[in-house]
Amino acid sequence: MRIGDKFNELKRKNEGALIAYICAGDPTPDDTKRYVVSLIKGGADIIELGLPFSDPTADGPTIQAGIERALNGGMTPDVYFKTVGALRVNTPLVVMTYYNLIFKRGLETFVKDCASSGISGIIVPDLPAEESEELALLCSEYDIDLIFLVAPTTTGARMDRILSRGTGFIYLVARLGVTGARSDIASSTQELIKRVKTATPKAVGFGISNGKQAAEIIHAGADGVIVGSAFVDIIASGKDTEQRLEALARELKDGIRAVKEK
Amino acid sequence: MKQEIRSTKFGRYGGQFVPEILMPALEELTEQYERYRDDPTFNKELDYYLRDFAGRPSPLYYARQLSREYGVKVYLKREDLVHGGAHKLNNTLGQALLTRYMGKKRIIAETGAGQHGTACAMAGAAFGIKTEIYMGAKDTQRQRMNVYRMELMGTKVIPVKSGSQTLKDAINEAMRDWATSVETTHYMMGSVVGPHPYPAMVRDFQSVIGKEVRTQIMEKEGQLPDSIVACTGGGSNAMGIFYPFIDDDVDLFAVEAGGSGMKTTEKEALHSASLCMGEEGVLHGMRTKVLQNKYGQILESSSIAAGLDYAGVGPELAYLADTGRIRPCSSMDSEALEAFHDLCRLEGIIPALESSHAVAYVKKAAESGELGDIVVINISGRGDKDLETVMGVRK
Ligand SMILES: Cc1ncc(COP(=O)(O)O)c(C=O)c1O
Repeated sequence: MRIGDKFNELKRKNEGALIAYICAGDPTPDDTKRYVVSLIKGGADIIELGLPFSDPTADGPTIQAGIERALNGGMTPDVYFKTVGALRVNTPLVVMTYYNLIFKRGLETFVKDCASSGISGIIVPDLPAEESEELALLCSEYDIDLIFLVAPTTTGARMDRILSRGTGFIYLVARLGVTGARSDIASSTQELIKRVKTATPKAVGFGISNGKQAAEIIHAGADGVIVGSAFVDIIASGKDTEQRLEALARELKDGIRAVKEK
Repeated sequence: MKQEIRSTKFGRYGGQFVPEILMPALEELTEQYERYRDDPTFNKELDYYLRDFAGRPSPLYYARQLSREYGVKVYLKREDLVHGGAHKLNNTLGQALLTRYMGKKRIIAETGAGQHGTACAMAGAAFGIKTEIYMGAKDTQRQRMNVYRMELMGTKVIPVKSGSQTLKDAINEAMRDWATSVETTHYMMGSVVGPHPYPAMVRDFQSVIGKEVRTQIMEKEGQLPDSIVACTGGGSNAMGIFYPFIDDDVDLFAVEAGGSGMKTTEKEALHSASLCMGEEGVLHGMRTKVLQNKYGQILESSSIAAGLDYAGVGPELAYLADTGRIRPCSSMDSEALEAFHDLCRLEGIIPALESSHAVAYVKKAAESGELGDIVVINISGRGDKDLETVMGVRK
């Protein structure tokens, strides 16, 4: 399923999107298949599956640890595409990875593999718009969304460049720093949501971990909420993982729904 | 041949592969650097610190006994005599001054051997700027003295326990800090690596080495050297001594760490020779030659010299290697150790193990004649920090 179709469907229901991130292969590829099902059962609308890289500079300690577990569990790009290709879900899937893994596989091969394993979008946190032309062309050729991030520090000409290049959704980085759960929502987040003017759906990530925060984000005008570290924390604990992933997804989705019903 | 600062690339290498959060900071840094690099006031102030604080110019010393032993006329560029004991201070003084001009209040950096961290600590103290250094936990153990030196100068050293706990992990962690603190903090990159403008900026600050060599060798020999040899980790002492000769008929040898052999496994390399053995990739904000496995996962590198122990290399060196302007080569741990002892015994100079790699290559290559008659070796640092390592091998 395409990301745009999902957002349209949600729009008709007057509902924000829950985008759930976990790291593929954490702790094993088979676990990932089950966890994806739990997240969807709980209400996740889009699943972001991290493809683990050895040097994840944009990630905080929680996701770094997940990446390390996945690498130790034998996750590679080959295993990744096999695992993802075997998922039978009617939910848009997005790959999140660092540029070197794409570069090494070959840009076209990587995009082709995404297309043939049912992935509808790509996020590359260390690929700014300036360096993305080649990948963007391939993505449009293979009908895959290339999703860009904007940060509280993004302004003026850079903002315009990113908004004109991004498809699927725009990933708003809620705060300075790296991924990781936090307890508060910064006022800079609300400001950023207002500053980003685009017809493409806006989803906010970095630091969101509960239903109340998710509701605040949607209330501030975002079309979706991205949650990663809070899910990865559950996986790290290794206890009742499937139930708890589903429960957290439900809490987040309930928070999101509550806003639009008002 | 010289690269315009306007471009973020050296051929297809270089660029800016960093999270969006950092892009505006890189734009600001580029802008400020371009503004001050030719500014007379800035340069006058920098010259003052290089002379009166760092002790420049460093001598170019004719190594008589070593020349006789190796069979080629060897001059040593004595960066080991620069304050702090390595070339690293040339760069940190430049960047600390820029930090002050930019009005930023805090400096962070990564360090491997602790040499760059020490140079940051010195510059931070001299300029009164708060300084914090990320260092792989493994490196804080093998370079305890440098940790203590930094602390004495008021710098906080933060051990990094993720990944291989060495230089590349320290860079990862410093980049994460910068993503959080970018509005008030300058990230002081320690070599000609990372996203633009660092490779060009650090090269320019280190070029003082090559400029001095040019004047000094003309005074002593009345001609340019036939070749210049420098060890290469990230490549800052190499680019610093090479760059002023880039358009001349001088052979430039970049000596990488051959470690215990030119072999790799799925997860690690027994060496740190990214120019010789690496494949094109993207690491730490730059497109360059990288030690990586078939999937693009970065390998853990290895070397007896902590300062050379890095899986990447500066993008300009990758470019110059491809065009044939520089000659990448390597020395193994054992060869570097042997050269270390040669220089101690024959000249009364204890070189850093990093610099010993350059000396070792001259020893190997002199016989074949490929170095010509007059060679300049960059002695990038002194070896006091390495005595424990050398003693450990002796046992
Ligand atoms: C004495 C010395 N030489 C060389 C290096 C390698 O760095 P570069 O290749 O940037 O000169 C280091 C790094 O710490 C060093 O301390």
